[in-house]
Amino acid sequence: MTKYLIKRVLLALLSIFLICMITFFLMNAVPGGPFSSEKAVSPQVMAALEARFNLDKPLWQQFVMYMGNILHGDFGISMKTGREIAVTLKSCFSISAKLGGSALIVALFFGVIFGCVAALYRNRVPDRIIVFMTTLFTAMPSFVLATLLLLVFCIQLKWFPVWDASNKSYLLPVIALAAYPTAYITRLTKTAMLDALSQDYIRTARAKGVPMVWVIFKHALRNALIPVITYLGPELAYILTGSLVIENIFTIGGLGQQFVQSINNRDYSMIMGTTIFLAIIMVFCNLLSDILYKVVDPRIKLES
Amino acid sequence: MSEINMPKKNLLSMQIDPAKFEPASEDEKRQADVMSESTSFFRDGMRKLMKNPLAVGSIIALVLIILLILIAPKIVPYGYEEIIKVAGSKDKTITNLAPFAWSEKEQALIASGTKLFPHIMGTDSLGRDYFIRVIYGTRVSLTVGLFASILVLIIGVLYGSISGYRGGRTDMIMMRIVDIIYSLPDVLIIILLSVVLNQTLNKSNPIVKLLGTNMVAIFIVFGLLYWVGMARLVRGEVLKIKNNEYFLAAKATGASSWHIIKTHVIPNCISVIIITTALQIPSSIFTESFLSFMGMGVQAPMPSLGSLANNARAGLQSYPWQLIFPAMMIVIIVLAFNLLGDGLRDAFDPKLRR
Repeated sequence: MTKYLIKRVLLALLSIFLICMITFFLMNAVPGGPFSSEKAVSPQVMAALEARFNLDKPLWQQFVMYMGNILHGDFGISMKTGREIAVTLKSCFSISAKLGGSALIVALFFGVIFGCVAALYRNRVPDRIIVFMTTLFTAMPSFVLATLLLLVFCIQLKWFPVWDASNKSYLLPVIALAAYPTAYITRLTKTAMLDALSQDYIRTARAKGVPMVWVIFKHALRNALIPVITYLGPELAYILTGSLVIENIFTIGGLGQQFVQSINNRDYSMIMGTTIFLAIIMVFCNLLSDILYKVVDPRIKLES
Repeated sequence: MSEINMPKKNLLSMQIDPAKFEPASEDEKRQADVMSESTSFFRDGMRKLMKNPLAVGSIIALVLIILLILIAPKIVPYGYEEIIKVAGSKDKTITNLAPFAWSEKEQALIASGTKLFPHIMGTDSLGRDYFIRVIYGTRVSLTVGLFASILVLIIGVLYGSISGYRGGRTDMIMMRIVDIIYSLPDVLIIILLSVVLNQTLNKSNPIVKLLGTNMVAIFIVFGLLYWVGMARLVRGEVLKIKNNEYFLAAKATGASSWHIIKTHVIPNCISVIIITTALQIPSSIFTESFLSFMGMGVQAPMPSLGSLANNARAGLQSYPWQLIFPAMMIVIIVLAFNLLGDGLRDAFDPKLRR
């Protein structure tokens, strides 16, 4: 277990380092510095600006300095607004975290419930409806669903305000974000549940007179949840990248909108900061779900 | 009682009386013929696939869509980037028409007896025929999905089979690389790359000119990142095949590596490859439409389903159909490919059934 843990953590650190490196060198490959779009400035001002952002130093030195700063939690200063990136990220992250976290929980909760229902009512009406819905929602991109929801509930029916940061206005974006993961988790849970229900220990439990509800929760569901855990990492990655467009559609001032804005503004330090920040979250969650998976399921060999 | 009929006992004989037997008639012979027609793996899979109504429906839908995008541009007299002119002059009322509606000047023309081709899906905010834009958008999305998947297929299969076949240290190093790539957040890197490539790519390069920088970025990223899933699957299959006797026999008789890969390895993992590719296409289409929706896909005026949906957001309140048509197209295509992929999996690989 320790060996696996060490290996996995090292791999995560390596990929975070790689992401930082890719981001840094890609951003530096862009011709025209961050100030080239501004009105013509005198060479002295240009030199002062470059010295301010350490752009006059050799590239590798810039990289080392940048990495050092990131380790201190300092993502530098936005080249467009002049504000500290870490501060912007923090304020944006609280909104995105609320949105993404709710979507994550909603997807898990409803996914598992629908999956169980579909497995227990196999080939009957509830199962058919659930299968139909999951097939539909796995084929619908989140931005299509989000725009449709916006169109129907905000514009046509006017049931929801467009976006005023109130709890009520979180509902539509959360639905749009959670739809695909919910459908996916439903499918995962259903197959795992069907598999678990056909096991011998379920028959044993039933034979010795354990009530059905108890069998489902205590014996079947616990085993059926294992594949769901492995999906947590990809689910979070999906929600994070999905929120890039969802936040734009609903004009939510979270990380996603910040990211897209900084791309449009060519605010390179902001793009780098946001990418690295998002990437760290994703890698970390992948690591967590992998470890959790191994901890929960004793059948998995740790050596391989 | 049977003593009378019994022939003389002979220790070595089977004690069978030939008189009790008669030759089977042709009819009886045919009845005994229980062997079904010989079938190959591929034919068997296709038969199972054709029994799956969802898969057959998907194939029909896809064929119809492909026919539509091939034929429609020949029939519809409007171009995808052409701002429609009525009788050679500009028409202000032709923008944002509803499906099958006519602009004022067109109505005047029709009243005077001229026949015009209807705007099946209306027109967009610049006065371009929306139907033909959706058709071209579908073309772009399908092409991207298909070629990106072929790219993934080639790189993934080569990498996976080399890794699995060589084994040992080569395998270990190659798989570590896969692990690292697997843990990179792909969408973020696509976005970064398309931002950077937009600035750096040589725009006079014919390929870049044809596809636009963003498309090149998408293909580069698919080539760099998306093949890892395929490579992992193929490697797993190859490892399984390596444990078989025929593999050992081929090795023992001195077959070359290339020969073994060609005749034993690839045919045996073909089902995994087909299924993964079929499921890769919708995910590529998803990614492309996602990027186009964020304004990082194909370059205007070339439409893609994602960018059409994005442009429709501005007039969402007044012209919702401009969103609904491309959105429906995406959903239908992705749905069809998903169902087809599931059908292929059920038909060609019962082990993979989840």
